[in-house]
Amino acid sequence: MSGVADVRDSYDVAIVGAGPAGLVAATVCAGAGLSTVLFDEQPAPGGQIYRAITGTPVQRPSILGNDYWYGARLVRAFRASAAQYVPGATVWSLSREREIGVSIDGAARLTQAKRVIIATGALERPFPIPGWTLPGVMTAGAAQILLKSGGLVPQGRTVLAGCGPLLWLLAWQYLNAGVTIDAILDTTPRENRRTAWPHAASFLLSPYFRKGLRLMLSVRRRGKVIPGVTDLRAEGDGKLQQVVYRIGDGAETRLPADTLLLHQGVVPNVNLAMSVGIEHRWDEEQLCWVPVVDGYGGTAVEGIAIAGDGAGIAGAWAAEERGRLAALGAVRALKPDGGRDLSRDEAQVRLALARVERGRLFLDRLYRPAGRFRQPEGDTLVCRCEEVTAKQIVDTVALGCTGPNQMKSFLRCGMGPCQGRLCGLTVTELIARTRGVPPSEVGYYRLRPPVKPITLAELAGLPKDEAAIKAVVRG
Amino acid sequence: MFQRLPDTGDATLAVTLDGKPVRARPGDTVAATLFAAGLDHCRTTPVSGAPRAPYCMMGVCFECLVTIDGVGNRQACLVSVQDGMTIDTQRGKRELDR
Repeated sequence: MSGVADVRDSYDVAIVGAGPAGLVAATVCAGAGLSTVLFDEQPAPGGQIYRAITGTPVQRPSILGNDYWYGARLVRAFRASAAQYVPGATVWSLSREREIGVSIDGAARLTQAKRVIIATGALERPFPIPGWTLPGVMTAGAAQILLKSGGLVPQGRTVLAGCGPLLWLLAWQYLNAGVTIDAILDTTPRENRRTAWPHAASFLLSPYFRKGLRLMLSVRRRGKVIPGVTDLRAEGDGKLQQVVYRIGDGAETRLPADTLLLHQGVVPNVNLAMSVGIEHRWDEEQLCWVPVVDGYGGTAVEGIAIAGDGAGIAGAWAAEERGRLAALGAVRALKPDGGRDLSRDEAQVRLALARVERGRLFLDRLYRPAGRFRQPEGDTLVCRCEEVTAKQIVDTVALGCTGPNQMKSFLRCGMGPCQGRLCGLTVTELIARTRGVPPSEVGYYRLRPPVKPITLAELAGLPKDEAAIKAVVRG
Repeated sequence: MFQRLPDTGDATLAVTLDGKPVRARPGDTVAATLFAAGLDHCRTTPVSGAPRAPYCMMGVCFECLVTIDGVGNRQACLVSVQDGMTIDTQRGKRELDR
């Protein structure tokens, strides 16, 4: 286990995040002879997609499926490389000069890198329904992490709700493990099929097509899938007791439940990239902010690249290839005479990337979450940390507040410990809808370091030179 | 409410949760330990006092803030459980002395 004492003053390449993009990028950079460090917040490598791949207690391989176990290969290659691995490390700042602030076990250090690759991946899109803060309600991704890392599965009455591939994958894994699912409430809008259909042909050639189809048929055969859900809320006194839903314009149905697992897609985890001033644009297909990157994941901030789902959602296999491209970019910049035929490597990588990205638009459109589940109303909480409701936000727009940053001053919305990760997209979309303008015109929270909360003691404990001490000591 | 799949290892660690002895499995996070122990919620909010439980399990939502070995505001989903650990649910804000 590394501590801050093992973090060196400088590296050729620093990578943040040990999912598929970060693991591959680190392996390639270290393989080219660059001094490489990989910081990761989790205790073990794999990111969320391959979470606990080196230590999962789930013994039967058929429960999690082959695509999960594939991740072990990436970790093996990474471990065989000379890259330094620093787990349990929270990166809380990144400057334009590529100085990185990182904390491990409550102690902080600064380090410097010639190139930085941000591979902080994705997080689940907010799913702000009434009652989503009740204990007993969590994301499908969270439940999958409990399964992968602890072999834990829900006990009692279990309801899955939402849309998107991860919801189906979790249902499949639960059914494989013998877990009883009381209902899968499918919130995918029916009209999505119409808008997705023109792009079906390219999805037929995607490696995800056969897998996805087989998985969905298997879940439909074994589980109770309820399609066309247009209204959803969680109710209970102090904890979840029932899920209330509606199909189309029909009457409400009440379902007693102990666990409700929500999911409506994943979006880039933008906090670190935005805090260093990397430009992001609103993606109307994926309904989220996506950084502006070149063919190597490079950004307008010199020496900083983004790889993986943080550069726009494309899945784990694409993340690997994007990690490879970002690494090639770093190797080219730092070792122009590296001796390897990078052009040949690169052509292969780009072919592989094109193959796994094929048909993405079909998936984006098919699983586009409904407006009503992205833009809540009334007393539904939007900001979980500061407990700000949809109505408060809409009313504040009427007072003349036109953007998320002003909204902070009015309501403290987005100013809790999650730093807007669980409300930012909802706030942008709510303001946009109320003002009648596109989200691109509304913008996002202005993110600043530290991008994760740290204590004053961690800051004060940073190593300092004599000049720094003299600057603040009197006499 | 969560339970363990069969054959997923024994809970060999002993920890204290709100003063009561609880078993934990090596390799689990503190948040997983809380779920396995059947805890309803792990904290109450500073704003309204509402009960909350871990929501994202990947370090982004900060719903799983608890006091671990006397230190408040720790993210239970990012900390690996250790033998002898003292875990306390957090009422409202982190207290000044912990």
